Amino acid sequence: MSLRTRYHRLCAQALKSSSVRPNAFQPCNKVIPAWQQGRAVASTPNAEKVLFPGALNSEFTNTLEFLRPSTKKAISTYRVVDQYGEVIDKEVGVDTEDGEALELYKNMVCLSIMDLLMFEAQRQGRLSFYMVSAGEEGISIGSASALHPTDVIFCQYRESGVYLQRGFTLDDFMNQLFSNAKDCGLGRNMPVHYGSKELNIHTISSTLATQIPHAAGAAYALKLQNSQNPEVEPRIAVCYFGEGAASEGDFHAALNIAATRQVPAIFICRNNGYAISTPTSDQYRGDGIASRGAGYGIATLRVDGNDIFAVRRATKQARRLVLENGGQPVLIEMMAYRVGHHSTSDDSFAYRQKVEVEDWKRRDNPITRLRKWLEGRNLWDEDKERGLRSRTRKEILAAFDRAEKQKKPAIKNAFGDVWEELTEEQRGHVEELRDILRRYPNEYDVDQYEGGVASLNELLAKKS
Amino acid sequence: MTPKASSIRTLSRYLLRPQASIHPRCQYRAQGERHSSAAAGARLNGTVGYDTTPLLHHTSRTALQNPELPEDIRKGQTKRINLYTAVNEALRHALQSDERVLVFGEDIQFGGVFRCTMNLATDFGTERVFNTPLSEQGLVGFAIGAASEGMRPVAEVQFADYVFPAFDQIVNEAAKYRYRAGNTGVHCGGLVIRMPAGVVGHGALYHSQSPEALFTHTPGLRVVIPRSPTQAKGLLLSAIRTNDPVIFMEPKVLYRAAVEQVPVSPFYLPLDKAEVLKPGNDLTIVSYGTPLYTCSAAIAAAEKDFGCNVELIDLRTIYPWDRETVLQSVKKTGRAIVVHESMMNAGVGAEVAATIQEKAFLRLEAPVKRVTGWATHTGLVYEKFIIPDVTRVYDAIKQTLDY
Repeated sequence: MSLRTRYHRLCAQALKSSSVRPNAFQPCNKVIPAWQQGRAVASTPNAEKVLFPGALNSEFTNTLEFLRPSTKKAISTYRVVDQYGEVIDKEVGVDTEDGEALELYKNMVCLSIMDLLMFEAQRQGRLSFYMVSAGEEGISIGSASALHPTDVIFCQYRESGVYLQRGFTLDDFMNQLFSNAKDCGLGRNMPVHYGSKELNIHTISSTLATQIPHAAGAAYALKLQNSQNPEVEPRIAVCYFGEGAASEGDFHAALNIAATRQVPAIFICRNNGYAISTPTSDQYRGDGIASRGAGYGIATLRVDGNDIFAVRRATKQARRLVLENGGQPVLIEMMAYRVGHHSTSDDSFAYRQKVEVEDWKRRDNPITRLRKWLEGRNLWDEDKERGLRSRTRKEILAAFDRAEKQKKPAIKNAFGDVWEELTEEQRGHVEELRDILRRYPNEYDVDQYEGGVASLNELLAKKS
Repeated sequence: MTPKASSIRTLSRYLLRPQASIHPRCQYRAQGERHSSAAAGARLNGTVGYDTTPLLHHTSRTALQNPELPEDIRKGQTKRINLYTAVNEALRHALQSDERVLVFGEDIQFGGVFRCTMNLATDFGTERVFNTPLSEQGLVGFAIGAASEGMRPVAEVQFADYVFPAFDQIVNEAAKYRYRAGNTGVHCGGLVIRMPAGVVGHGALYHSQSPEALFTHTPGLRVVIPRSPTQAKGLLLSAIRTNDPVIFMEPKVLYRAAVEQVPVSPFYLPLDKAEVLKPGNDLTIVSYGTPLYTCSAAIAAAEKDFGCNVELIDLRTIYPWDRETVLQSVKKTGRAIVVHESMMNAGVGAEVAATIQEKAFLRLEAPVKRVTGWATHTGLVYEKFIIPDVTRVYDAIKQTLDY
């Protein structure tokens, strides 16, 4: 008798006996992993397998042997093209049309130029803060290009490429960076904390890893909505985070609940080697983030983040996989190197060698790798490169100029949206502030804010 | 004479009786009758009687007189239920009337360690009523994410004492979600986080806490504490319906102890109104949750002994709270006492007292007195010395009147 049929018989027997309660709450479409099947079965005296409820189908052994991660091979890193832009498996190819590859390249270049200019603008004191994506353009732009536009995205903060690829305009970026009246965040968030309802990307918060369980919950909501509207293209949730954020409790909590609730979510870890100054050797001792996936019962893949074709194919495949059997999470660890400083408030040469960074810039990065591939197919040359760069630079600076000239948002936005309606307490505070602004007009720059003091009147006039 | 030792069989039968749970967090059961174990000669302490207290509706007639209820409810039927059943009925109605409602948390599926989610999983399916892994930050974060995509999750934290792992998610995420999303209009307002709170007689350090003040210091949250089955039903339904995230604290000692006539049909109570439970002219007592019963008993004794007339107010919604009702009362009486279980420093009483001082200064005839838990932890055998009891409230009334 095969093991499988023996277990089925055991299950049937167990369910008949009155001492064991049938598992009435098991939803019919839930996928139960092989090692958990037959959960209400007690062990028999001469069974070869353990039937403890916590680890069913584990075989007994009389060899005392610790599972030692240090003796295992590291998880392989998937790639499609090498660092010279050569396709490795010619039969499979890159899975991307030429025109699409060109668009991706242009977006990556645009992002890197925007980063350079904004970093400089911050250095000149024109922006309060900025964070670049250097070295990780391929991850954000590549993965976003492989998703459906209705998929819901949660970001950490180094995923400006996701916004760009989805259609966030240069003006949208600049308005947010300047916290001006046209910023859809109404000037409430630090620069780089973008958000967009139309593009289905939730607003970024500074708190690390908190978005990971949000993605699990959102994916669960989408799972229920998918089943309610089967004629609509099913949606998934996608969550980005760095390898440092993966040390937070929220990462653990999120992947575990995502697995137990079988949600359609892709968790994308950007492993760029550093969390501010902390190298990965101080962050974890396992085989990166990918090795943790299996522990949660989650399908996992490690990908070369400098290879946009690998990123795209992995994401596409993951999207198919997460929707299988009603939903199941996938973890992808995208390997990269953080070429830029952590942020404008950080000088990374205080904790790493300049030569190390230069080496990465020169040796391998997602932009040059794609450029080599494009040149190899005669789709790109030095002239086109020069033209693209000067055109992009002009466009960014024009948007920068427009945004810088805008006023700040109306002061009333300091109070709105805390609760759905203004509370009585807030009403009192708005009145007090208005009184202060009137009596000390020279102490505040109210004229730089749209509508000046009058915007507070609008707020008070609105009856809650 | 020492009692005869039980045989091993009796002992094991006792330990194996069906209601004994194996879950470490539910080794004890909330039993109101065990709560006030007063001294033998006590006159004040030990007089809290849930069967006779005027705070509960003992007849259908008084239950339906509530002017906050709409006309059709006031003409309807009532049923005598306890607080956990009222919570269950509210959840049941919410699940029935809105398919976006989800109910989840630790040990929810079999009915919950306090029976609040009894039969919901069997009736509505485990897609909507389900167990989560044992992780408060995980399940609250999950709830925020589900709410941000249009669901109305009612997440349960098994004890308010265990909400702290989720503090970051509640304060930095749930409370700020709408504000930081700006004019994109995204929010997680469908979210309700339920948690049993307050002392229970023998909960010690981690089954007794009332952390409401930690949440009332956070803009963007609503904090609600019901005092009775009717309140629990009406306020929980409003909490699920409102578009702001709500922290809903259920006084666990009342789960079984507080039994009253509750309208059978669903109804909604306002989330921004305090309730004057008993009118009076000489002094105002402001409280919420379980201590209201203590206050009511203390008021009865004090009115008899001192010939005074005390007004009792239930805040119900601790944040944002109803300043107007409290100030109106204090302007009339000139004296005020605030009573709560959690400790005094930076507690809800501090906010209420400061507001009274600021807005009713000229009408005050005595300092605002706070009767609260002392600045210590709830050590197991010391609970009755730490938490405000009838004697302490009685004495506070006396002192405030004599001032």
